[in-house]
Amino acid sequence: MDSAEHLQLIYVILAAAAATFLTRIGGYVLIMQMKRIPPRMEAALNAVPAAVLSTLVAPAFFSGDLDVAAAMLVALAVGLRFSSLWMLLAGWLAVMAIRHFVI
Amino acid sequence: MTKDDFWQGVRGGFPVMLSASPFGALFGALAIENGFSVFDAVFMSMTLYAGASQMVGIELFGNKVQPWLIVLSVFAVNFRHILYSASIAKHIRHFSGLQKFFAFFLLVDPQYAETEKRAERGEPVTFAWYLGFAMIIYIPWQMTTLLGAIFGQLIGDPHAIGLDVLLPIYFMGLVLGFRKRNNWLSVVAVSSLASVAAIHFVGSPWHVSIGAVAGIVVAACMPLEAQDAQSGAREEEV
Repeated sequence: MDSAEHLQLIYVILAAAAATFLTRIGGYVLIMQMKRIPPRMEAALNAVPAAVLSTLVAPAFFSGDLDVAAAMLVALAVGLRFSSLWMLLAGWLAVMAIRHFVI
Repeated sequence: MTKDDFWQGVRGGFPVMLSASPFGALFGALAIENGFSVFDAVFMSMTLYAGASQMVGIELFGNKVQPWLIVLSVFAVNFRHILYSASIAKHIRHFSGLQKFFAFFLLVDPQYAETEKRAERGEPVTFAWYLGFAMIIYIPWQMTTLLGAIFGQLIGDPHAIGLDVLLPIYFMGLVLGFRKRNNWLSVVAVSSLASVAAIHFVGSPWHVSIGAVAGIVVAACMPLEAQDAQSGAREEEV
């Protein structure tokens, strides 16, 4: 990374930090203005995190790396019952096993 | 009294700190992996202080996504905080302006949850307690980021030691965490399909916004009566 790129990264981090702070104070500011959030808007807001995060999961699963897809399936099975730390461990063990013993 | 409250907060936040620490280290290591310097990684932890969105940020940065879209995605992932700050408002009304500023800056998920619980129990939400709880999480978050980043610099080939699967699995865990919400399965299915289609037909950075918008639109268009019935059923389960 050259220094111009690095400076840009610092700006991106600062802008993202400002955006994050906005979300952390925004509800306080809004609640002072608005009595009630319309139900459809609330449904849309509720969906935001799952919608955004799904776009970071699905492409990795369908990227064509079968070892990654298999590890993600193992992690999914573990994640239905256990915390995300166990998911990470199970997925990591699965991919290491595939890479060192199968391929 | 104030001192007692502070240390009570520190004790309350201790288990949260323990469970967040591996993620701090993971963030540090993966940030290096995605082209950050050690300084950048710690700088991001200090200024954003929002684990999931920090992971999203480094993932998108590593994929050379446009800066505005990185900022927008971080904003989107952190959007839930708007609901937190709205609902916490009544408990911290007595904080001074400056105290509120710090309180909102430090408003991470467990901080929100514990503040609500404490208020519900009828115990006073003092600034000293709030700060104690926050500091035992905030300061170790910086230290574990630093350790992870230094360790990350020593790693040769991330593929060989399986580091490349950790981010998608981490995000999958977050998606699973929302599975009690209304319309969850429809949103996840539509966003996933739309993002995969968008990668093929439009190209890499855009799949995030296209996929996200598709899922959000679906949630907004779902029949509201059905949602009420669902949330009723959900409460019965709990």
